[in-house]
Amino acid sequence: MIDRTFVGVVSEPRTIGVEKGQLRFFAKATGETNPIYFDETAARAAGHRALPAPPTFTFSLALGAPPKRGDIFGDMGIDMRRVLHGEQHFTHHRTIYAGDDITLTTTTTDIYDKKGGALEFVVQDTAAVNQHGELCIEMRVVTVVRNA
Amino acid sequence: MNASIRLPTIKVGDKLPEHVQGPLKRGTLALFAGASNDHVLLHIDSDFAKEAGMPDVFGHGMLSMAYLAQMLTRWVPQDRLRHWNVRFTAITPLYATIRCRGEVTEIFEENGERRARLRIGAFIDGDKQTLDGEAVVAIN
Repeated sequence: MIDRTFVGVVSEPRTIGVEKGQLRFFAKATGETNPIYFDETAARAAGHRALPAPPTFTFSLALGAPPKRGDIFGDMGIDMRRVLHGEQHFTHHRTIYAGDDITLTTTTTDIYDKKGGALEFVVQDTAAVNQHGELCIEMRVVTVVRNA
Repeated sequence: MNASIRLPTIKVGDKLPEHVQGPLKRGTLALFAGASNDHVLLHIDSDFAKEAGMPDVFGHGMLSMAYLAQMLTRWVPQDRLRHWNVRFTAITPLYATIRCRGEVTEIFEENGERRARLRIGAFIDGDKQTLDGEAVVAIN
C-alpha cells in the first residue's frame, strides 16, 4: 500500500530548460511531419518565436526533472514493474518554447484504491510556469499501481 | 502548415481527418523513451517486461497521446487547444498501428470565445480502443 500521507504533499519547485535538440528528437521519435516542430524558419513563419513544445511535452519535462518530494519512483517507493498510466489531462494557457526555463511544481492530490486494494491510483497535478512567471500548462497524471 | 479547415464552419458531427501512425516497432519505443525522458523499462527491455508479467514490451501511453496531439494540431493550430484529457483503456502492443479519430460533439461559448468539444480516441487493430478522451478547442 502506498503511504497515504503523501496526499497533499507539494514538491519543491524544479526548473528545467527546454532544449531545441530534444524537441527535434521528440518530433523525430513521434513521426512528426509538421515542420513548425523541428524547423525554426517554419516555426517563425507560423508566428512562433522559437520551436514550440508540442502539446504533451510537459509530461516529458516533468520526467526530466523528477521532484525529491512526492516522486512515485523515488520517495513513494512504487515499483516500476507495477505501474500503468491511467489518465492524462492537460490545460493549456500559453505555449512553451525552445529556450524557455520551465519551473514545475507537483502536488499529490489524491491516492485511492479499487478492487480491495488490488489497484491503487495516484493523482498528481503539476503546474508549469515559464521564466516570466507566466503559467503555461497545468497537467494531471493518474498513475495506476497493480498490486495483485 | 496551418489549419486546413475554416474555423467558423465547424459544426457538431464533423469528423477530424483520421491520423494513422505506426506500426510500433521496438526501435519506435526505444527512440520515444529517449526523446520523451520516459525511461520506464517496461517499454524498452523485453526481459524486464516479461519479468513483470507482460508478454513483451508495449507502447507508451504518451506516444499514442502524442499521435492524438498531431491529429488535433493538423486540424487547428496548437494555440487553440484549451484543455484535453484521455483515459488509457488498453495497452498498445508491439507492432500495432494506431488510428486517431475525433468528432465534434458540441459547440459552445466559454470565457468569451466560441469553442468546440471533441470526442477523441486512439484505436488499434481490430478497432480496439486504447485511448478515450475529450478535447476543447477555440474556434473563434
